[in-house]
Amino acid sequence: MRTLKTMMMALTLAAAPAAALAQNATAPAASAAPAATAAAGDSADAAAKPVFQHAAPEAEIGQPIPGGWKIQPQVTELGEDGQWLHDAILVPIIVAISVFVLGLMLWAMFRYRAAANPVPSKTTHNTFIEVIWTLVPVLILLVIAVPSIRLLAAQYNQPKADVTIKVIGNQWYWTYQYPDNGDFEIVSNMLKEKDEVKEGERFRTDADGPRLLAVDERIVVPVGAVVKLIVTSNDVIHSFAVPAFWAKMDAVPGRLNETWFKADRVGVYFGQCSELCGARHAYMPIAVEVVEPARYAEWVKLKGGTMPGEKAAEEAAASAAAEPAATAAAAPAEEPAAAPVANANAAAAAPTN
Amino acid sequence: MTDATAAPAHFQAHDDHAHHDADHKPGFFARWFMSTNHKDIGTLYLIFAIIAGIIGGAISGLMRVELAEPGIQYLPTWLEMLHGPGTFDEALHLWNVLVTAHGLIMVFFMVMPAMIGGFGNWFVPIMIGAPDMAFPRMNNVSFWLLVPAFILLLASPFFGGAGTGWTVYAPLSTYGEPGPSVDMAILSLHIAGASSILGAINFITTIFNMRAPGMTLHKMPLFVWSVLITAFLLLLALPVLAAAITMLLTDRNFGTTFYDPAGGGDPILYQHLFWFFGHPEVYIMILPGFGIVSHIISTFSKKPIFGYLGMAYAMVAIGVVGFIVWAHHMFTTGLDVNTKMYFTAATMVIAVPTGIKIFSWIATMWGGSMTFKTPMVWSLGFIFMFTVGGVTGVVLANGGVDNYMHDTYYVVAHFHYVLSLGAVFGLFAGFYYWFGKMWGKQYNEFLGHLHFWVFFVGVNLLFFPMHFLGLDGMPRRYPDYPDAFGQYNHLATLGYKVMAVGMVIFFINVIWSLIAGKKAEGNPWGEGATTLEWTLSSPPPFHQFETLPKVD
Repeated sequence: MRTLKTMMMALTLAAAPAAALAQNATAPAASAAPAATAAAGDSADAAAKPVFQHAAPEAEIGQPIPGGWKIQPQVTELGEDGQWLHDAILVPIIVAISVFVLGLMLWAMFRYRAAANPVPSKTTHNTFIEVIWTLVPVLILLVIAVPSIRLLAAQYNQPKADVTIKVIGNQWYWTYQYPDNGDFEIVSNMLKEKDEVKEGERFRTDADGPRLLAVDERIVVPVGAVVKLIVTSNDVIHSFAVPAFWAKMDAVPGRLNETWFKADRVGVYFGQCSELCGARHAYMPIAVEVVEPARYAEWVKLKGGTMPGEKAAEEAAASAAAEPAATAAAAPAEEPAAAPVANANAAAAAPTN
Repeated sequence: MTDATAAPAHFQAHDDHAHHDADHKPGFFARWFMSTNHKDIGTLYLIFAIIAGIIGGAISGLMRVELAEPGIQYLPTWLEMLHGPGTFDEALHLWNVLVTAHGLIMVFFMVMPAMIGGFGNWFVPIMIGAPDMAFPRMNNVSFWLLVPAFILLLASPFFGGAGTGWTVYAPLSTYGEPGPSVDMAILSLHIAGASSILGAINFITTIFNMRAPGMTLHKMPLFVWSVLITAFLLLLALPVLAAAITMLLTDRNFGTTFYDPAGGGDPILYQHLFWFFGHPEVYIMILPGFGIVSHIISTFSKKPIFGYLGMAYAMVAIGVVGFIVWAHHMFTTGLDVNTKMYFTAATMVIAVPTGIKIFSWIATMWGGSMTFKTPMVWSLGFIFMFTVGGVTGVVLANGGVDNYMHDTYYVVAHFHYVLSLGAVFGLFAGFYYWFGKMWGKQYNEFLGHLHFWVFFVGVNLLFFPMHFLGLDGMPRRYPDYPDAFGQYNHLATLGYKVMAVGMVIFFINVIWSLIAGKKAEGNPWGEGATTLEWTLSSPPPFHQFETLPKVD
């Protein structure tokens, strides 16, 4: 009876891929749509409101590589350190150990097979060899431990932050706040495929990124800047992860976890929620766009934020021109602003720039 | 109580006319439902584990077909079959239910019952020369507690399903999952845990008090050592789990806030408690496998185990250190740098006693006279696959590297290499090794080898590509993934199918051998098999060792 069940299970499984292929035949969403459409998608009046030109992601960096079997290319110094520890130290050691064990086993199986060695030895102890195979692994572990502990220390040795982002996990999207830039907030949702959205709603294009990775609002950070992440959650535990930065930090309700990265290369980098958080766990990706500092400033302004150092100037401007500021504060609320939260400070700053 | 100076001839349990009480069996119902016989209870445990294994394995098959291609293929259909039509979110929740059920079933209802309940019950009393377990009725209670526990878990998907992962992390498991399902799963773990604690007490008492005259601790077979250490791990770890999930239960139902920051609680507290149990738990699953493999390597090399004391105390060391490494499961929860450094170093230390075991097995083979019967090929497979799973464990032990690997498929690959290829290979090795002893019929050697090779190829195809997926960044517990992960997922599903064919061969072998197998001799393995179970008939008499054997 059990055998029958198992055989039936096997048969069902054998038939499965054909069905899977048939159901998966839905065409990928409009891959040829231009980048500008995507960026302008949620703005009703693109001409009246300036639009930030988001960069298109690159195929071989910042996202999983089809058939890839290695650590994703790293764009932070810490990531390169981690990758070096893995690729140059750990992998050679573990491969060597595995091959060594396999070699010993195969040799023993060949040399000491019953036909070749009919009379077994009676050896049951050899203190010298037992000491060796205790001490040599200890030495190997020490070789690993030194760079490993150094990497850990480096990860926690955060330089002074240039940009701070508060990362908040929600079921099932991320919100990001920029407290040093006027504390504006962006809400980042996964972009759906063309056949999954209603007519006229924004859908994913290849300029946004791959399926399940593209989001409507990317985090934008300046290249070469130390970005401090304060990670927390509004509901259950999530985990903020960007493989290309070697960054992963759990978003735990009631806790402010801190981590950081310094991306040295302009580009778009994707990650995915990395702690089981309920039904749509697989559908809350992370996208970070690393840009030149000038473009970063431009993006911050468009989101209604301010750049550090401008504060004194803008306060002066705000008090000097209290009347226009008041009108300006009302203005952005009328148009579909990209930044959902535009506080008074940010709104006041908008017309002065 | 007994004649400690019995002549060596009494080692042998004779036929009925010598001990006419020894083989008197109660009627069917009394024998199987009210059993106090360690061998019968062991058999019940093995049957239970096989059924649970089929269910848990079928669930992983569902997961693998869904993952074979990017996109959601089958989940809505399965949801409809289970509950009637539902929303897309409910279909995604079903995925989490499958992941959770697979993990819990395989850990609590397959590996543990088979290793400890099955082989432990069957062979610990025999190997120490005892007539039965110390508390035979409690032994029966241990088994029968598992049944309602399993029913609770299996019923939970019909009430919405627990989609929390086997780790049941708060707050997903508290305010994240309404409905009775998670409560049912928690209660299931409580009952299964109580069953294991009773079993552990039984084994510890049996091993400490019922060894045959002359069987000192340092003469005890390694399998008995492994079960003794496992029993201590169970006894110390499971109460912590019980406490942790009791607090979950009260958080869910009685308004406490142990894990809720809104009331001053802490979700990370749950993780510390869970992994204080959870890490020893993984050694609970693998240590009896170490014991089984030691016997088989020694038997089929015709040599005593190399470095016996080192082997025994390496297991003790693994057990002790296993209790102080738990937070390596929590490297990304925001631990302090010093904490992370400590747990990195402590975790790597476990590689040392594990290495001692691997090298001692090879040294046992060295100079031996090896034959390659089915149990031996499974054991050889165990050693190599466990080595592969072990070295990726050394990679993950590095807190700095785990930043990248944590919660990716690399971790899934790692723990399936040590469990699905480690513990499960150990189970099959033991099953073939003792098949004739337990059932009196010998398994088919050809089918046994065929099972090994098909299964070996299958599980490696299934799990090795997961390392690549993890390195490429694929997170765990995802029903759908970016298209870039498609190739290796497809390969893994293919591997699952190969493995499933291997399982078909296994069941054919079991059924064919039980019906038409050759009658097993008392000791089919020859001079290499030196433990006490081989001095008995196959199967052993219903009550063995009415006169205790004496060990020199």
